[in-house]
Amino acid sequence: MAKWGMVIDLDRCTGCEACVIACHAENNLPIVGEEESAKGRQHNWIRVERYWEGEYPHIRARFIPVLCQQCDHAPCEPVCPVYATYHNPEGLNAQVYNRCIGTRFCANNCPYTVRVFNWFDHHWEKPLDEQLNPDVSIRTRGMMEKCTFCIQRIHRARHQAEDEGRDIRDGDVQPACVQSCPTEAMVFGDLDDPDSRVSQRARSRRAFRLLEELGTEPSVIYLKGDEWVEP
Amino acid sequence: MSDETGSLTTRMMHEDLIRPVVFTGRRFYLAVALLGLIVLWGLAAWGYQVRTGMGVAGINSPVFWGVYIATYIFFIGISNAGTLISAMLRLSHAGWRHPVTRCAEAITVFALMVGGMFPLIHLGRVWKFYWLIPYPNERGLWPNFHSPLVWDFMAINTYLLGSFVYLYLPMLPDLALIRDRVNGWRRRFYGLLALGWSGTPVEWHRLEKAISILAVVIIPVAISMHSVVAWDFSVALKPMWHSTIFAPYFVVGALFSGIAILIVAMVILRRVFHLEAYLEPIHFNNLGLLLLMFCCLWLYFTFAEYLVTWYGHLPDEMAPFRFRVEGSLAPFFWGMVLMNFVIPVPILAVRKTRTVTGCLVASLSILIGMWLERYLIVVGTLSRPRLEFAWGHYAPTWVEMSILAGTIAYFILLYVLFSKLFPIISIWEFKQGRRLRERRPTRDVPVMADEPFPGVMLDD
Repeated sequence: MAKWGMVIDLDRCTGCEACVIACHAENNLPIVGEEESAKGRQHNWIRVERYWEGEYPHIRARFIPVLCQQCDHAPCEPVCPVYATYHNPEGLNAQVYNRCIGTRFCANNCPYTVRVFNWFDHHWEKPLDEQLNPDVSIRTRGMMEKCTFCIQRIHRARHQAEDEGRDIRDGDVQPACVQSCPTEAMVFGDLDDPDSRVSQRARSRRAFRLLEELGTEPSVIYLKGDEWVEP
Repeated sequence: MSDETGSLTTRMMHEDLIRPVVFTGRRFYLAVALLGLIVLWGLAAWGYQVRTGMGVAGINSPVFWGVYIATYIFFIGISNAGTLISAMLRLSHAGWRHPVTRCAEAITVFALMVGGMFPLIHLGRVWKFYWLIPYPNERGLWPNFHSPLVWDFMAINTYLLGSFVYLYLPMLPDLALIRDRVNGWRRRFYGLLALGWSGTPVEWHRLEKAISILAVVIIPVAISMHSVVAWDFSVALKPMWHSTIFAPYFVVGALFSGIAILIVAMVILRRVFHLEAYLEPIHFNNLGLLLLMFCCLWLYFTFAEYLVTWYGHLPDEMAPFRFRVEGSLAPFFWGMVLMNFVIPVPILAVRKTRTVTGCLVASLSILIGMWLERYLIVVGTLSRPRLEFAWGHYAPTWVEMSILAGTIAYFILLYVLFSKLFPIISIWEFKQGRRLRERRPTRDVPVMADEPFPGVMLDD
């Protein structure tokens, strides 16, 4: 059983948001529009946060893509009254859409604020509905959702590996965000396999995890250099 | 005081307290119609929200909870008080309690009924609410007993059942009294509700025993109820929610707002039903003093809560702290301090202003202040999550305000109907109190539960 994890090298991230777009396309995320976004209802499973470092003129924008951290000790899980959010055997924080009754407690208790609520039903105008991903269900109003690490791609890779009578190899699974990253800042794989690319990168001295002090044990590992040299 | 009460004959008492049951004035219909309209409006707004989606409310990311949850805590808070106050007064044998207990107990039941609706109103998919109920089903699915929301569900239902029994049981002798004095459908109605009460010494003895047992049992139930509501917040990993004093803080706030609503209800009942001889200034004086004590307790808890947050100065905690104290919620915060302490304390501390009107003004101020406190707790923390990028703001929409108005109107409507159908002052307890006072003319006479009741009769 794999322990899925992701490494995001912040020193490589350019903040281009290709990951955000790819995620929208892969996971059937609706476009809610300017007005709803201004109300704080952006429908993104991954967002690129921007921070400023230093003082003008020695200033630099830093980007940090934030997605569900797939915590080992996830604060979202125990608070759900109906087990709609639960820990699956591979350590993912799975969300059972049709079990969710919409208390939104999980979203409140997520220190990373990465859960997304369906404030309305969503519609895709023709012919945009043609591009919906058939592997991902459409969520209706009143449900909570969030990044799944593209669980449909994990399933597909596993089925293929089973058909070919082998184990999943490193690199077989690539979530949409990882696949689309032009600078290869993101790497996905099995953290239990010490030779996987993700494990190798996770051993970097630049590694840290977001809000690590809360003890949530995230599966997303960030890399960031101590020093920054002006180019 | 005993002089005034002493001059009331039993006949006058029956006349005063049973008259509203039989006689219906025009004001009653007007009030019911008006409240009913507001309830219908709120219902329509809720229907719109269910059909369209939670997006018609002002909640968003990161403020996933808003007015609904704030009002939920508020109503559960005021529900806490009725039964708890009544039980404490009974157990401490407060001699002045007799006219107060029933209107307090009724507040509990109705506030719980209304408060309990809010978790459902706020559900994204309310049509699946029954998944919160642990019922055996073919798929073997159970609710998650680790979730405070399931504790909530249990606590509300336990407390609702307990406080209903605690309201109903002491009503039996009065229901029988009315049954024996009215005709037609009313006789059948009250006869059915009186459960065949005939007033034998054995019945009296059992009733008193049952009430004193219930009064003891209901106190931990009431306290656990509001503690569970507090744990909805304090078990969460949120700055300024994750606090160990939240449970007692919420219980104190609950009693605080509960006494306030009790006073408001008593003032209105006194005016509407002309109960000046029953709800005397001494009751308001005593409840005013109790309220004064809770003003101080509330300030103490609030101070303790904010002091340690500020002194610790953890960045995550300071964000919601600043947002409340000096950010855009500052008017709410300082309004709360004004309404909960600055305004009521002088009124209640000075004997001259601790009048019926004074108590009413202080109580209304406290009710607003306590709602603000609940709002601050919910919105103040949620707007400032740990990652600064996700910070947000919140303002309620017309849908939320309509539903809020509708539920408040519903609460008042239930209370109006109750006080119309049933004597809002416990007639037999009032007689009992008066008799004991006459026998031993001190103000606070201990009433022993197992004392026989030769003096209390249905008919004189």
